[in-house]
Amino acid sequence: MSQKLIEDITGREYQYGFTSDIESEAFPRGLSEDIVRMISAKKNEPEFMLEFRLKAYRHWLTLTQPVWPNVTYPDINFQNIQYYSAPKQVKKLNSLDEVDPELLRTFEKLGIPLSEQKKLANVAVDAIFDSVSVATTFKKKLFAAGVIFCPISEAVHEFPELVKKYLGSVVPHTDNYYAALNAAVFSDGSFVFVPKDTICPMELSTYFRINTEGSGQFERTLIVCEDNAHVSYLEGCTAPQFDTNQLHAAVVELVAHENAVIKYSTVQNWYAGDPKTGKGGIYNFVTKRGKCVGRKAKISWTQIETGSAITWKYPSCILIGDDSVGEFYSVALTNHRQQADTGTKMVHIGKGTRSTIISKGISAGKSNNTYRGLVQMNKSAHGAHNFTQCDSMLIGDRCSATTLPYIDVRNGTASVGHEASTLKVTEEQLFFFQQRGIRTEDAMATIINGFCQDVFKELPTEFAVEATQLLGLKLENSVG
Amino acid sequence: MLQINNLIAQIEDQTIINGLSLTINPGEVHAIMGPNGSGKSTLSKVLTGHPHYTVNGGSIQYDGQDLLEMDPEERAIAGIFLAFQYPVEIPGVNNESFIRMAYNAKRKARGESEVDAFDFAQLISEKLKLVEMDEEFLSRSVNQGFSGGEKKRNEILQMAVLEPKLAILDEIDSGLDIDALRIVAEAVNKLRTPDRSFAVITHYQRLLTYIVPDVVHIMVEGRIVRSGGRELALEVEERGYDWLTVAASAE
Repeated sequence: MSQKLIEDITGREYQYGFTSDIESEAFPRGLSEDIVRMISAKKNEPEFMLEFRLKAYRHWLTLTQPVWPNVTYPDINFQNIQYYSAPKQVKKLNSLDEVDPELLRTFEKLGIPLSEQKKLANVAVDAIFDSVSVATTFKKKLFAAGVIFCPISEAVHEFPELVKKYLGSVVPHTDNYYAALNAAVFSDGSFVFVPKDTICPMELSTYFRINTEGSGQFERTLIVCEDNAHVSYLEGCTAPQFDTNQLHAAVVELVAHENAVIKYSTVQNWYAGDPKTGKGGIYNFVTKRGKCVGRKAKISWTQIETGSAITWKYPSCILIGDDSVGEFYSVALTNHRQQADTGTKMVHIGKGTRSTIISKGISAGKSNNTYRGLVQMNKSAHGAHNFTQCDSMLIGDRCSATTLPYIDVRNGTASVGHEASTLKVTEEQLFFFQQRGIRTEDAMATIINGFCQDVFKELPTEFAVEATQLLGLKLENSVG
Repeated sequence: MLQINNLIAQIEDQTIINGLSLTINPGEVHAIMGPNGSGKSTLSKVLTGHPHYTVNGGSIQYDGQDLLEMDPEERAIAGIFLAFQYPVEIPGVNNESFIRMAYNAKRKARGESEVDAFDFAQLISEKLKLVEMDEEFLSRSVNQGFSGGEKKRNEILQMAVLEPKLAILDEIDSGLDIDALRIVAEAVNKLRTPDRSFAVITHYQRLLTYIVPDVVHIMVEGRIVRSGGRELALEVEERGYDWLTVAASAE
């Protein structure tokens, strides 16, 4: 395939690489018990939180960085990372009008209007800048409906019982290296609680932005749906362009009680590093897991992963409640020198539990894209069922795609289905479009859109268009 | 309409078209015949601007424009249509949406408004009858799982919708049974107009009993060695290409 054509198509550069000139307050680099105490003190946390952090920190000290993923990167120096960075605010804000205008402009530039007049139709937004939540919209309206949606740092003070009960209940600090690190140093994130029989009246959304060079972002999201409650939640991520790598080690925990439905969508567009040298970019090492504890509970993950130098995450479902349902819909696009090792784990414990995995990997440039997934049918999972479909698309001939499905069945009545395919976008296909008068950029967008249909249709409508455009942009050439 | 003058073109390091000249006037049907490897398909790719082929000499004038200066999609929008010998499959892209995209690309270039899915559905259902295709073909992915004959009919369907000025049919008869051949040929005949020109590339004169050409050209080793009327095709069928090949190398 002609290299030039592919390079033209895949050569577009990152749009969100600007830095905002906002004074920030940061801790010295490095991690120690003192830093953990300082973070807790900075946030005026109650004793139980400090204990939570210290326990995690001490455990983290005993661990070593995992090396099993199919990605390569130089050793991370954890003493060279800033564990707390926050936009300097002199006083507590009462309304958005008091937020630093530069900060608001940053979010406007990212296409995330925080001001309520310009809000996205019926979407409540929590904006997280470096380590802290800067603005949460629609809080009052949601609260009137019984829904709690606030920064987790606030929840620690206002709803300590809920936080105590659920924090770390899905992803304990002992889970893995980065989960332990996150538990020790996380500074903020979103907290959502939807009480019994409540349908959250609007889409909830969080936007993450890492701004300060050399800072890590360790946010923590906790979403709990009581019996018969429903919520749909979306996170979006961007970062400026730096030559050094930034670490993003988040933890997301979801808890769904009987008949509850949690839909969690991610559109991830972190800076991916320099397209030519691969220098810089975000290391996105994230632990996301949901637990269907009640009967007929349902957790659905949808992710559009387009950014980051390295993406390494497996949004998973633990299906405990009988007849509970787990879903994973993923589009992971890698271009240039990006690496992604992503997939899911579906652990079937309850009777009649069902899970669906649809994974679409797109590799372009010199990138490397791995799907890794585990389907586990425990002894108790009578009549459980899984269906997995893993499709890979290759653009050009210098990229690679790998599929690593692990299937572990310990119950004879459980059934597992796996389908996989690989597709190559050929120059002949692009020429076919051109011969019909359709520009290559539009052709590529159409092919990708077709390939990802099964996943895009799972996104909340407002974001489906956004995701389509994002993928188009990622692969398009900026000059017609 | 189309004037090719002393064209030289190559793929990789191999010269395939070697001093070819050809003029096609509006409304004419030209058949291009020749043995395997004589450069017939290459000619269709060069005319449509396929990136694998390089032009090293000669000129192509189309509708008063220098065709070689135009991008493939500009050529398409200017009215050049290629019915591919091997139409590619495009998984996940709906056939009807694809054809509508092409139709709208053309309208947009002319400054006309795009046609919505509803209006287009009416337009295309008329054209479907021409190639005797079932509505079901529209809802499938482009060419995916189509039989050889269905792919060829799908090409003609696109031609019917896009209404080109110059249609190049590259072995539209290959892999067709007699019924499919009749359908395709009849559809092409219905699309003949006083302004629309055709270049029909084929191995067999059989197609030319259905689509009757105004001129028949025989291509050998990258150029046209003989041109004549309908009877030339019959002569080739009877005598093969050898006598022409010998004549060509003797020149």
